[in-house]
Amino acid sequence: MDYSFILQQIVFGLTLGCLYSLVAIGYTMVYGVLRLINFAHGDLLMVSAYLAFYGIVIFHLPWPVGFGLAIALTAVLGILIDRGAYKPIRRSPRISALITAIGVSFLLENLALVVIGARPKAFPEPAVFVGVLETGTLRIPYMSFWVLGVTAVLLAAVLVVVRRTRIGMAMRALSRDMETVRLMGIDIDRVISFTFVLGSALAAAGGIMWCLRDPPLDPFLGVMPGLKAFVAAVLGGIGSVTGAALGGLLLGLSEVLIVAVKPEWSGFKDAVAFSLLITILLTRPTGIVGEELPD
Amino acid sequence: MSPSHATETTSHTRDRFLSLTALAVLGVFLWFAHNYLSGYVIRILNTIAIYIIVAVSYNLINGVTGQFSLQPNAFLAIGAYVTAILALSPEEKVQSFIIEPMIWPLSKICLHFPVSLAIGGLFTTLIAFLMAVPVFRVRGDYLAIVTLGFGEVLQVLANNLVPITNGPLGLKGLHPYTTLWWSWGLCIMTVFCVVRLVNSSYGRAMKAVREDERAAEAMGINAFWTKTLAFTVSAFFQGVAGGLLAHLITTISPGMFGFMLTFNLLTIIVVGGLGSTTGAILSAAIIVLLGEGLRTFEEPFTLFGHYFQGVAGMRMVIFSLLLIVVMLFADRGIMGREEFSWRKLIDWARSLAGGARRGRK
Amino acid sequence: MSSPLFQTHKLSVMFGGLTALIDLALEIREGEIVGLIGPNGAGKTTAFNAITGLIRPSDGKVYFKGQDITGRRAPYVARTGIGRTFQNIRLYQDLSVIENVMVAGHCSVRYGVLEAVLGLGRYAGEELRIRRQAEDLLDRMGLLSLAEEKAGALPYGSQRKLEVARALALEPELLLLDEPVAGMNPGETEGFRGLLKRLHAEFSLTVLLIEHDMGFVMKICDRIKVIDHGVSIAWGTPEQIQADPQVIAAYLGQG
Repeated sequence: MDYSFILQQIVFGLTLGCLYSLVAIGYTMVYGVLRLINFAHGDLLMVSAYLAFYGIVIFHLPWPVGFGLAIALTAVLGILIDRGAYKPIRRSPRISALITAIGVSFLLENLALVVIGARPKAFPEPAVFVGVLETGTLRIPYMSFWVLGVTAVLLAAVLVVVRRTRIGMAMRALSRDMETVRLMGIDIDRVISFTFVLGSALAAAGGIMWCLRDPPLDPFLGVMPGLKAFVAAVLGGIGSVTGAALGGLLLGLSEVLIVAVKPEWSGFKDAVAFSLLITILLTRPTGIVGEELPD
Repeated sequence: MSPSHATETTSHTRDRFLSLTALAVLGVFLWFAHNYLSGYVIRILNTIAIYIIVAVSYNLINGVTGQFSLQPNAFLAIGAYVTAILALSPEEKVQSFIIEPMIWPLSKICLHFPVSLAIGGLFTTLIAFLMAVPVFRVRGDYLAIVTLGFGEVLQVLANNLVPITNGPLGLKGLHPYTTLWWSWGLCIMTVFCVVRLVNSSYGRAMKAVREDERAAEAMGINAFWTKTLAFTVSAFFQGVAGGLLAHLITTISPGMFGFMLTFNLLTIIVVGGLGSTTGAILSAAIIVLLGEGLRTFEEPFTLFGHYFQGVAGMRMVIFSLLLIVVMLFADRGIMGREEFSWRKLIDWARSLAGGARRGRK
Repeated sequence: MSSPLFQTHKLSVMFGGLTALIDLALEIREGEIVGLIGPNGAGKTTAFNAITGLIRPSDGKVYFKGQDITGRRAPYVARTGIGRTFQNIRLYQDLSVIENVMVAGHCSVRYGVLEAVLGLGRYAGEELRIRRQAEDLLDRMGLLSLAEEKAGALPYGSQRKLEVARALALEPELLLLDEPVAGMNPGETEGFRGLLKRLHAEFSLTVLLIEHDMGFVMKICDRIKVIDHGVSIAWGTPEQIQADPQVIAAYLGQG
């Protein structure tokens, strides 16, 4: 039994899982508050990565500035999408918002395609992220530790915000009963905007780290990870931040370990998320953390 | 017999007569097109018919029943592959499957086109049913993600199950079985079936689920079976359409059935009016033609003496914007939820004529 | 004495830590009109939802026609013969008035999908039957002239009547009305009372109704159950209820 191999795979799985978690949190928060599956959320990965790319490669910004700016701008984009596309139809039947969300997602992807082009860009790798930890037969890239560390910090921050701050509690109240919260005089739009900012910023961070880990960047980068991140949110229990985190980690681990154990199945790696989704819907629909969200 | 009942029967007969006449006119037009129009135009007409089939059936689940599904690309793929696999002769299969030979018994099966088509549709229906059960039992919201995910997984499967699908190479050299008669004939049949279903009690149940699912349940409607019915019927026609598409283009590969296909159909039913079969029909024709027209702008072209480079991918940007704009500003689309009727057409024509006459005075 | 048509025993509903309804005991004899009253938020609509299967009761039992229907889902309950209206009108807004009523006929439809598509067999006959039933109900409610209008476009009072017509299309034995005259002026309320009395007689209905309009309740109900904060505080005839000190306190305490 090659323990270092297993350990490596676990680290890879957790790394991937962290990235899924970051994106999943945004999905779960917006769904909790608005009952909307924000299909455009996954594409924010792509947007932030391109912004970072242009910042560093074209404008020669130092990488912390480039990354920070990319995240900030993506967070703003998140709010703009809500204000521009979702808010006007807040009162319409749910299907309208879902359709609009798909439209926004597709628009982002195709705008990127038209403006930037289909050829994948090579994402810059700042020196501090390069390198591999080698002990004995173990080889783990430093990037993995960065991802694990940054995610842990961000996750802790989000949990503090959601559980301890007033706006966080308003978010949770909103997901239970929008009418009552409105009657309490709380500015719902501000809370919703905040939800989008938080989720978008996390996705943006995830997008940058995704490209650091796996360089090629093209307009459709966010499609699969976005889809899988939503599955992770459902796995964990939609509406719950801890659930999204757990779901993401579980999904990342499953994907990596299944391929590690059965390499001949590597072509079917993408089907893992889907199978997990169907399984959870059949067995425990409320997810791991499992709270029933009121209709 | 009350007077209103008498007028009901006469208008019913008139409607029937008008519909049959319209069908006859269509038949004549198709015969003319088949014999005298160019291959390019025939292909467009076939494409329109196929898109109408998909749009009308897609509208059944999204528009009439109000359940957001992103299914068409997946179900078209299943129908296309199943039909193609069954319809190819063993020799053609040997020729195509150069990486790995096709598995038995698929390698030996060769069925007539209509039979393959029917099985393609039925197989798609079965898959849809298996999908519907876990999803509709839980939260209808997940239907979109499940169908979207399924479309992606299907591409993965098609690329990897080489002994069945020939992997990324796809299936080439399919017989061009799809003629105007097949595509339009099945198109008429689909519209007929869907319209009849929607006008029946089952259709009313679907609309009730769309309007207010909880209230519908309190009135005795089993929302689960209603949604499943709409979903599986929708899948059947899309499977058939997939088979038609495969034998129109004569080549299929996993990459052909990506999300863009579903997106186009979503745009079609939204622009036509979510919930209106008539809208779906009109919109399918319009969007297919618009797509063809926009295609010219994606290559270099000359306009008013100026040479333009052409912007690849512009079509999709325009369609995305179209979808968003319609959702935000004109979410009822062309027809809203109204349907066509001869009565309405006559009234509309009369009002136009009346307006023209008044204008001339 | 014959067993009651409808009974609940210790029916309770709890949401998280909140107790919405506790130990509700109801007993309704065939043909009775029973009122369920109480201050706002007392748990009345929750009781309706638990009975009709829209929510799951946390405890207790519901019996209808001798059968245990506790925890059964809404479509099943509707098919056993319990119809209901909603406090905030839940009509199918975009469907026509007559379609709203015809939808309830789907429960009893006797043709399958294939027959519907091909138009064969029992299709035509059943469609006619459902349509005639809907027209008849609309006629009784005075809504027949509005049959083709969109339900959402109707004036408020007509919408309330349409809700009742829709519930009646189920051919229920027990009719649950949730605030049927809310928002109506005295004239309309009187009109509705007369209508309800007629329907009660014509369709041999048993009725359980929630209402805040005391005049309406006292005049039409045979017996009344009073609940406050989820707890039953009184049960008796209108005269008994009006004299009950606990009831008076509950309502005065609301001020």
